[in-house]
Amino acid sequence: MDPAAWMQSTLQASRPQAMGALLRYFRDLDAAEEAFQDACLRALRTWPDKGPPRDPTAWLILVGRNAGIDRVRRDSRNQPLPDEAVLSDLDDAEPALAERLDGADYRDDVLRLMFICCHPALPATQQIALALRIVSGIPVKQIARAFLVSEAAMEQRITRAKARVAAAETPFETPGPVERSERVGAVAAMIYLIFNEGYSAGPDDEARRGLAEEAIRLGRLVLRLFSTEPELMGLMALMLLQQARAQARFDAGGGVVLLDSQDRTLWNAGMINEGLALIDKAMRHRKPGAYQVQAAIAALHARAGTPDQTDWAQIDLLYASLERLQPSPVATLNRAVAVSRVRGPEAALEMIQPLETRLSSYFYFHGLKGSLLSQMKRSGEARVAFSKAIALAGSLAEADHIRSQIDLLDSACN
Amino acid sequence: MLYAIFCYNQEDVTTAWSAEHDAQVMADLKAVEDRLAAAGRLGPVARLLPTTAATTLRKGDEPLVIDGPFAETKEQLLGFYVIDCANLDEALETARDLAVANPGLGAYEIRPLQIFRPGGDVGRLG
Repeated sequence: MDPAAWMQSTLQASRPQAMGALLRYFRDLDAAEEAFQDACLRALRTWPDKGPPRDPTAWLILVGRNAGIDRVRRDSRNQPLPDEAVLSDLDDAEPALAERLDGADYRDDVLRLMFICCHPALPATQQIALALRIVSGIPVKQIARAFLVSEAAMEQRITRAKARVAAAETPFETPGPVERSERVGAVAAMIYLIFNEGYSAGPDDEARRGLAEEAIRLGRLVLRLFSTEPELMGLMALMLLQQARAQARFDAGGGVVLLDSQDRTLWNAGMINEGLALIDKAMRHRKPGAYQVQAAIAALHARAGTPDQTDWAQIDLLYASLERLQPSPVATLNRAVAVSRVRGPEAALEMIQPLETRLSSYFYFHGLKGSLLSQMKRSGEARVAFSKAIALAGSLAEADHIRSQIDLLDSACN
Repeated sequence: MLYAIFCYNQEDVTTAWSAEHDAQVMADLKAVEDRLAAAGRLGPVARLLPTTAATTLRKGDEPLVIDGPFAETKEQLLGFYVIDCANLDEALETARDLAVANPGLGAYEIRPLQIFRPGGDVGRLG
């Protein structure tokens, strides 16, 4: 690997932990960001000559902290800075700090940094933008491209989010167990939001699709810190098992390919193996949660070599427990797909009818209803449902997919 | 003499590599493997999945199952098995059998593999 690429990936990987520690020192996101930037610049200058430090994260934290303190001094007294060799010479201090890096302080630092980004005071769009900027360090320009807004608008969104977070005053003391577990839950939800932004993007939307990979990276980070938390294992497994299908979800023309029709040889075996290993680990804890159940469902799809080997009865049961854990009409809608495979389209239609008022503006409801009706040969009603779905489609690919189902109805009539 | 070479690196860095970057590193390593294979010197090659997928069985009267990798500086890596298991439960069962056969101190870390190449016949020890 060339040294520039190594440095880049090291700085990127060190960022959450370094930013988390610097935020604890400076108690201000902008100050922490500036200090981290300073440390990165010094790293780019000194590492190529002196060689990389044994613990790059510890190095960045110390240099960042010194740089931040110097900035304060310089601003107040306009004093000259000590020269580079003094500032970046950390041979003595590094091992002591490195030993503490694995400690609970640093774990809570990263958690706090991430929790601040998904503070309940922030709307979802601001949470995602702030986390991508602060935790992942993705340039504003790139985030703006993913969300189809101008760089200035995204800059403003992030500035506004920072102001709200500062006003909300997240405590800097070490959190208690209850608070810590609430923070982990909020961070998991934010990571899954980022994942879904990427996962729901169309095949040509490279900028947004990359967010799914970023969410997986953040998920790994949190799981490494809280490695015995079954819901984090579940979240990680869920994201990996879904992302494993990324190459198979669209055809060459950009059209949606449904699970049953996907070329399973295009599924990423490495991601599937990792996802299966994680869901196995999670289930041993016997503390079920919504991510674990959804991951278990994804695992059943992943384990099926062909669509007709899918264990739909088990999927039906898992969706039933998801309905109990996290009641939502969407969970019921998903369960209906499994029910249609196990007990037929009539039973599934009966199950989703009561959801009609609540899901009347939901694309998938009408799509599924149309598909169930067409399986029952009620073409006229199916056509009505499909037309509603097209009107609600979120992307061209979705609309095209429904149109192809209407075409099938037409050819069946002729 | 046969030598095992164990690979250590910072996981938060390696798991953050882009798919292209990862593929490039693997291709570069594969070139080295190919040279070794051509010389008849290459045995099994394995790449482990991240430590977040690891489980550890700590030996004892009641073996203890712990989430995460083995991390105890007083004890050292002394060898490894590659075993086909349907799931984690089966892998743990196997580790328990090993613990019964070799009781006392120590632990078995269970790490699913990402890449496994059995390699050719590289001869015998001794």
